Amino acid sequence: MSAEKITTQKVNFKVFRFNADEDYLPYYENYTLDVTSEDVVLDVLNKIKWEHDGSFSYRRSCRHGICGACAIKVNGRSTLACKESMTTMIEYFGNDITLEPLSTKRAVKDMIIDKGDFWEKHAAVTPYLVADIDECPSCENLVSPHDAEELNEADLCIQCGACHYACPVVEINSDFFGPAAFAAAYRFEADVRDNDGDRLINVNEEKQGVWDCVKCFECAEVCPKEINPIEKITKLHQMAFKRGVAKNNVATRHAVGFLHSIKKHGVLDEGGLVLYSEGAHIVKHIPVALQMFRKGKIVMPWNMPKSDNLDEIQKLIKSSSTVKF
Amino acid sequence: MKKLKYALFTGCTAKQSTPEQMMSTLAVARKLNIELIELTEASCCGASHLQDYDDFLSLVLNARNIAYAEKHGLTMVTICNTCQLNTAMTKHRLDKNPELKAKVNEKLAEVGLEYKGTSNVIHFLYAIIDDFGLDKIKEMVVKPLSQFNIAPFYGCHNIRPSELHDESHKQKENPYKPTSLDDLIIACGGKNVDYEEKNKCCGFHVELQAPHTAAVLTGTAIAGATDNNADMMVTPCPLCHLKLDTQTKSASEAIGREVSLPVLHMQQMVGLALGCTPAELGLQHHVTDVNFI
Repeated sequence: MSAEKITTQKVNFKVFRFNADEDYLPYYENYTLDVTSEDVVLDVLNKIKWEHDGSFSYRRSCRHGICGACAIKVNGRSTLACKESMTTMIEYFGNDITLEPLSTKRAVKDMIIDKGDFWEKHAAVTPYLVADIDECPSCENLVSPHDAEELNEADLCIQCGACHYACPVVEINSDFFGPAAFAAAYRFEADVRDNDGDRLINVNEEKQGVWDCVKCFECAEVCPKEINPIEKITKLHQMAFKRGVAKNNVATRHAVGFLHSIKKHGVLDEGGLVLYSEGAHIVKHIPVALQMFRKGKIVMPWNMPKSDNLDEIQKLIKSSSTVKF
Repeated sequence: MKKLKYALFTGCTAKQSTPEQMMSTLAVARKLNIELIELTEASCCGASHLQDYDDFLSLVLNARNIAYAEKHGLTMVTICNTCQLNTAMTKHRLDKNPELKAKVNEKLAEVGLEYKGTSNVIHFLYAIIDDFGLDKIKEMVVKPLSQFNIAPFYGCHNIRPSELHDESHKQKENPYKPTSLDDLIIACGGKNVDYEEKNKCCGFHVELQAPHTAAVLTGTAIAGATDNNADMMVTPCPLCHLKLDTQTKSASEAIGREVSLPVLHMQQMVGLALGCTPAELGLQHHVTDVNFI
């Protein structure tokens, strides 16, 4: 037992309310509640329902951070209500706390959202093992500890949707699979028993795939299971190159272009990178490039700066490269 | 106070598309009497893209850059959020994994270098705030920005992943309610603007492969600052600056609304308050005119 004394303080809650069957618009209800140092966010949701308004609705089930049902947003931060301590939230945001569903535009009733898009994306990455296994195998399918480690905790995902609805790309591009689906794709691609040939190609497609990730790290920041989805996205990029399924397109050339530039100059040749990535499509950048040129923001090829000791960099590229495209 | 001295990793844009960032960094360092030793041997950090292609090579090149800072026995200072992320992430991974560090050092030994892990890596913003001190800057302000509402735009790679950045910061930065840039605005005499997009993504990294997504993010950020009465934005990241300053046309088209605000580099804002001239700070290099100075 901890010897620390349980403390209580008053916290002002502004709570998102909406009933798709009755309301035209959502509104916010204010509650001032006593919050103890032991409370998690779910305790607050329960207090509102049990002590103030029985119609207040939210998803909850296991209360142990396993089922992934109770993810909501606290002051804009995706969080798993049963795992997140109120003390931490007060430390983060002070005593004025806003509770909202993961995605207000998908709200059905109060904290409950229609997670249909999340499940669709999840299903689209074939989130299961594809393997031809004998119905009556003579021995087990062995996976070495080293191979199991390659999953990098991706199999801990509880599909709570915290990262999916924290991802800015999901909100803009409805085709984008989203960080949770990518983490699931990685989990099975990294499994030595899996022999699905299409999953990696599918998640590398333009428009919907890993190359549209903006690298904002919102997913890594919110994941309650610390899965670090963006790390899995990076690994899917690397797998595509290593397994030779990376298509020759603007996104892959953009990644490879850095290598060419560093090899030649040590530093990045910005203009050269755009040219290498875009090819003939570079013409669409001309209007902005002209504006930048007039303001002294474009360095001409003959004036490109170079790193000192460039030979070292070139030697290291030769000896340390692990991929070919 | 002892004179502050750092190894400066300029990154690539400071020498190309954002010359004003280099000018203002040096101008502010002169005013604050901070000595910056430029790491002229440094390569590009890979800007979070090289690692998508070749992770190990990216580690080796970034470790080489840090090794040069270590040779000087100095903390490395970055002036780009993405350089900061890539360099600090390399440091984190090598310091936590002796096996990986040995592998990287095996390569570095070929060119007579070694990564030891002795130099910290911090963004110039935090060098100013943590090491120099906001109070001292406040005392040195000669031309306060008191007539302006200034919207801070933090840039993802200085605040997320917070676990990584907490390792190098003296004070934790809350990625959902960051304060460093707000505090700096106030120290410079300006009024800080609170708006939803201040800790959001500008879209820079997908500008080529997902131009619509990138443009919407840029447009939404400028619109958010505008709607909260900002006269200008300020950012510590040259990549965010490029998006917010040069891409307003595509951003406006993407969100169906004309948006445009002057955007200062963090160093330019401090420089103005400390009495540097607009020309010294390179304001003439902006695509969106900074026409109120």
